[in-house]
Amino acid sequence: MGSALNAIEFRDVSLAFGERVILDRVSFAVRQGESKIVMGGSGTGKSTILRLALGLIKPDAGRIFIDGEDITHHTEEQMMEIRRKIGMVFQEGALFDSLTVYDNVAYRLREQHVPEEQIEPVVMRMLRFVDLEDAVVKMPNELSGGMRRRVGIARALVGNPKIIFYDEPTAGLDPITARTICELALKLRDLEDVSSIFVTHRLQDIEVLAHEYVIRDDKGNLIFEEEGERLCLINTKFVMLKDGHIIFSGTDEEIRQSADPYILKFFT
Amino acid sequence: MNPLINGIIQVQELTLLTGRAVRSITRQPRYWGEMFRQMDVLGVGSLAIVLLTGTFTGMVLALNTANTLQKFGVQNVTGQLVTTSLIRELGPVLTCLMLAGRVGSGIAAELGSMLVSEQIDAMRALGTDPIKKLVVPRIVALVTMAPALTVICDFVGMLGGLLISITLLHQPSSVYLASSRNAVDINEMIGGLLKPMVFGFIIAIVGCYKGLSTTGGTVGVGRSTTQSVVLASILVIVTDFLLSKVIISLLLQPN
Repeated sequence: MGSALNAIEFRDVSLAFGERVILDRVSFAVRQGESKIVMGGSGTGKSTILRLALGLIKPDAGRIFIDGEDITHHTEEQMMEIRRKIGMVFQEGALFDSLTVYDNVAYRLREQHVPEEQIEPVVMRMLRFVDLEDAVVKMPNELSGGMRRRVGIARALVGNPKIIFYDEPTAGLDPITARTICELALKLRDLEDVSSIFVTHRLQDIEVLAHEYVIRDDKGNLIFEEEGERLCLINTKFVMLKDGHIIFSGTDEEIRQSADPYILKFFT
Repeated sequence: MNPLINGIIQVQELTLLTGRAVRSITRQPRYWGEMFRQMDVLGVGSLAIVLLTGTFTGMVLALNTANTLQKFGVQNVTGQLVTTSLIRELGPVLTCLMLAGRVGSGIAAELGSMLVSEQIDAMRALGTDPIKKLVVPRIVALVTMAPALTVICDFVGMLGGLLISITLLHQPSSVYLASSRNAVDINEMIGGLLKPMVFGFIIAIVGCYKGLSTTGGTVGVGRSTTQSVVLASILVIVTDFLLSKVIISLLLQPN
């Protein structure tokens, strides 16, 4: 059994495609309510970690736990139950391009045969959360890249998953849209107590995710604050991947003191 | 990779997908809406090309065979020849080759682009089995619609033959029709419907397999599409020979 305190846990997970080793004995854990930022160059297996945790591919060796449950050898049907707890935000959004924005967001509930009158308020609440209520009847190809990812986030949030995976949600976006997406992640982390893995290699994302937090004031307004002398974020941790190995695991303060040349490249 | 090993791996993967698809047909959940939508898109959407193919094939058959038959003085069996050829062979094969070109390619392209844009992964992440949602409806649609289209192809082919017999060969329509009727019996019809069912299954499963095994982005989608048409067409023609042998020995024994 995995520890019940860990939302996600990898134990000595290895994966290779033919001769090419993607992950070599990778171990890490994400505690409940924690955000884990996974960094590394392209092709270092960052996205593979998310696909493994979702059960889309199976590891060659090692064990994977979701909410303390060993999912390593789950069948596709057993995985369907696990996946209900998880929201996944894909790199380019991965919206169903034959469905409208509304139908995309409603997809999970329709698959669960939820009555239509219960679906609509949920879909509208999710679209309001990502600030895209106006786009409800649009098709994905009418949206900009940033809007598509926000719809992707809205779709992932349906069903109130307690675990969310972000696969480079800000890649290729302008700084303002990227910040909007990071703020959505902050809201989920600080207000909804969601555990997450956030795959990225952008320093700007890290600045936001590791130094800011969001609180709700007495009137219900959201306030974004920077961590300062009196508060230090402990619910955001880093993992750095290189050549299929974890070369660093720890907090923001620790990673910035690292002398490893590979890590230094990311922070300069 | 060695082309032989590659080929064997493809056969293995195709067989595994076939097994999973057949098992999924009998299991919940079933996507009825999706099935009917695919019947409409794949089946009804192919009606125009099947009508054209059938009519002109019937016409050219009558035209070509009439000369030969005349040499033996049996021009009056033109109808029988056209009808038998259509029901046994040309109706199923031509209809399904057209379907392989129009529908098989479409399936491979659609599933392939869904795969490379991570929509298949998104589907699984949202709790849907793509075999049940995408593969099974396409198989069901083609296994039912291919025989239906074949019947239409046979029918308009006979009418095309009739048209040529009356206008160019100057036969009375009664001769053509009476001779056509001789060609039709229940065993011929069973054979003529069994073939397109099998071919429809082949086209659907090959299209789905090629689409779902796409690698290499947009270029890969193009490659999968081409390969699905080529593979499905070849399999249809090879299977046609094998099925013909089985049908002849089981159903069409000469009395």
